[in-house]
Amino acid sequence: MKEVVTLANVGKRFGAVQALQGVTISVGKGELFGFIGADGAGKTTLFRILATLLLPDEGRAEVLGLDVVRSYRDIRKRIGYMPGKFSLYPDLSVEENLRFFASVFGTTVEKNYELIRDIYSQLEPFKTRRAGKLSGGMKQKLALSCALVHRPEVLFLDEPTTGVDAVSRKEFWQMLRRLREQGMTILVSTPYMDEAVLCDRIAFMQEGKMLALDTPTGITTLFRKPLFAIRASDTWGLLCVLRASPDAASVYAFGSALHYSDNRPSARADELLAALQADGFTDVSVSVIQPGIEDTFIALMEEKQGSVDE
Amino acid sequence: MSEPVIHTDKLTKRFGGFVAVDALSLTISGGEIFGFLGANGAGKTTAIRMLTGLLAPTSGKATVAGFDLYSGSEGVKRNIGYMSQRFSLYEDLTVRENIRFFAGIYGLTNQAIKEKSRQLLDSLKLVAVADTRLASLPLGWKQKLAFSVAILHEPKIVFLDEPTGGVDPVTRRRFWDMIYEASKQGLTIFVTTHYMDEAEYCDRLCIMVDGKVAALDRPDAMKRTFGVESMNEVFIQLARSKKTE
Amino acid sequence: MHSFRGFLLKEFYHIFRDRRMAAILFGMPLIQLLLFGFAIRNEIQEVNLGIYDQSHDAVTREITDKFASSGYFVMTQELHSRAEIEHAFAEGSIAEAIVFEPGFATRMIREGRANVQVLTDGSNPNISKIITGYTTSVLQDYRNTALRTAEVGVEAVPLMMFNPELKSVNLFVPGLMALILMLVSALMTSISITREKESGTMEVLLVSSLRPVEIIVGKVVPYFLLAFVNVVTVVALASFVFGVPCRGSVTLLMLESLLFIVTALSLGIFISTITSSQQVAMMISLAGLLLPTILLSGFIFPVASMPLPLRMISNLIPAKWYLIIVRGIMLKGTSFGYIWKETLVLALMATVLMAASIKKFKTRL
Repeated sequence: MKEVVTLANVGKRFGAVQALQGVTISVGKGELFGFIGADGAGKTTLFRILATLLLPDEGRAEVLGLDVVRSYRDIRKRIGYMPGKFSLYPDLSVEENLRFFASVFGTTVEKNYELIRDIYSQLEPFKTRRAGKLSGGMKQKLALSCALVHRPEVLFLDEPTTGVDAVSRKEFWQMLRRLREQGMTILVSTPYMDEAVLCDRIAFMQEGKMLALDTPTGITTLFRKPLFAIRASDTWGLLCVLRASPDAASVYAFGSALHYSDNRPSARADELLAALQADGFTDVSVSVIQPGIEDTFIALMEEKQGSVDE
Repeated sequence: MSEPVIHTDKLTKRFGGFVAVDALSLTISGGEIFGFLGANGAGKTTAIRMLTGLLAPTSGKATVAGFDLYSGSEGVKRNIGYMSQRFSLYEDLTVRENIRFFAGIYGLTNQAIKEKSRQLLDSLKLVAVADTRLASLPLGWKQKLAFSVAILHEPKIVFLDEPTGGVDPVTRRRFWDMIYEASKQGLTIFVTTHYMDEAEYCDRLCIMVDGKVAALDRPDAMKRTFGVESMNEVFIQLARSKKTE
Repeated sequence: MHSFRGFLLKEFYHIFRDRRMAAILFGMPLIQLLLFGFAIRNEIQEVNLGIYDQSHDAVTREITDKFASSGYFVMTQELHSRAEIEHAFAEGSIAEAIVFEPGFATRMIREGRANVQVLTDGSNPNISKIITGYTTSVLQDYRNTALRTAEVGVEAVPLMMFNPELKSVNLFVPGLMALILMLVSALMTSISITREKESGTMEVLLVSSLRPVEIIVGKVVPYFLLAFVNVVTVVALASFVFGVPCRGSVTLLMLESLLFIVTALSLGIFISTITSSQQVAMMISLAGLLLPTILLSGFIFPVASMPLPLRMISNLIPAKWYLIIVRGIMLKGTSFGYIWKETLVLALMATVLMAASIKKFKTRL
């Protein structure tokens, strides 16, 4: 059996809201697969279906070759699930939390210590501290240890890094990479675009639908228009001028630069530079860039929705 | 630029033996977009609570919007706006009712409330949905409304506490467009965020590590100082140096 | 089994680490009992009495003296007109006024009867009723002594069986037991389950190898034990501090209490299956369980004096049945033979609720 997770045309509706629609994905063994999307994109619904906590309205979902509707009991024993918002008991100590989650899965910390040692050893100096008093990054490590403690065959991590600072996020992803190297299959969701490049493959999610599915580099080839990074000291002025241009496909701030894509396939940096200088931006610089994941996501979003709102 | 809207001198807050904010000295001038960054637990929230008059400092001096933080906390509250992590609006009220309510608590007269509501609905292009409950509106609209409501009483400064967490990349940028626009009109913005690319949109940045100011500069100057390409790297270097201490 | 033990252990950690929770669980029964025992009493002492004597003869004076010496009344003032009575009531200086008609003694001798009007402050009907009762018995007493020779009549000598001193604490203790058990069992379990739903830990528990029954039982057992400790505490306190008797079998009382605890626990679980927020669970428990337990069970207001619709509703309230049982055992010394029907009702309620909640307790979200 190669496919760890297969989703075929999965849909889920809550009253009037179509939370998921036509999601088709298959994730192979040992893959680190990311679902990228904002709140309300349907990521949590999808993870709950995979964790057998919700029934899909349409389509089929299989985990480890088992149907999520019929064989939920068998699936539950073999997966590790970390819901959004850290699911720990704040009034229990670090060690008590870990022991508890080991015991409810019918195992002990000692039996599987090898697997979590890498992560849990960082927490051991604080093992008597109440989980509620841990920092965001430490809570996240503990939650991951708890999800791993029964040696699951696949991990479902729903927004594990939301609300966590950049340093802890980076460390967390390093841990995920190491787990993957040990052969663990991991499905993870995140609203942060910069985390997407760390996955083997990603799916863009927006309003319950999949916008795209590919490797991080593959997905950027969906961005077809010429893209420029433009910098000037008056960023706001520059933004207004570029937005007003009839040739502009999109103009968005990316860090200290503006990413400008042009409707004309033949658009050139030197021409843009000259035009902007003529507009009075004396310190402007223009360079052609390769689209990143966030550029692609935005482009796909706009394509799907026409010109978003307004 | 105009005179400082926020000025603090060795502002400190202790909780028992724990120093949450240690001698914070800042000067923020009118119309500035000031980014306030730090890891979880670095003291950001405590600092914001002090500056908004919600928490009394242990020591140090501070004036916000021209009022002393110790003696004029009422004046401080009248002259600041605040928008938290997600929005502080009521989902079960309509757009118009939300505006009315918040205008009411800021002490606007009935006449002024009517006038403001009309203006706001117009400028946000929300006239068509004025009587729709907030719950059924798209995220981006709600966010715009939340921001507009936070500055309804024309404060001198607005505090935005992670206003864009979990928001899609387009909506996030539209929100920043609003911030830019407001700052051009002279409003001072004090904003916290976990998105490092957003840090680059700020005029100046303050990075807190363990309650202390670890760096305070313009984003480009900060990157130069640390010799790196992005704010993310600056942030990680600062947090690392703390760990190896 | 290993999983289940771990689960139980965790539940006890929750209870003992949350100081407020522990305080409620152990402090509340104590405080409530003392409150009900000392502060809330139905016995009346020192009723402020005003007399409007329009006759001023030997008989009215004798009756007045009788009131004064009875120990229940304090003669506060002599009243001189109807208007004065009203004023005194309004002012609150008297709780009762007695009016003798003009020519009281003459009429009594000539016609063999005369009229006394008894006025009480109806704004508190309960007290008013009790005062009227006392007054009537004083008057009765006078008539009996004064006219013993003259008349032969039927005399009613009341004796309050099982509670001869009319001690209200005897009445409150069973109600209090019902209240405390309901609170500990239903409120606490529903909150502790919904808390896990809110924090997302329930999602992990469901995905774990614990079966729903194990989760339910694991949630129930700690509160079952705690509630039982509470029953023992209340009964012991009531007996040692207030001298409330337990005339029947203590074992039977405990067994019946355990049955009621199970019913209340099933209610708590049932509540948590229909809501997923702590707040809603608390509201349902307080408004839907505690208020009826206080108001409709017969704890404070007798069920017999309720209008028919309320009487019918009261049948659905477990506390009503438990109250009948406890009052029977503690105050009357009733044996199981007389309360098996009530026991059966409780057992039925528990079974239905438990079955419904196990069925409703979903293996999914």
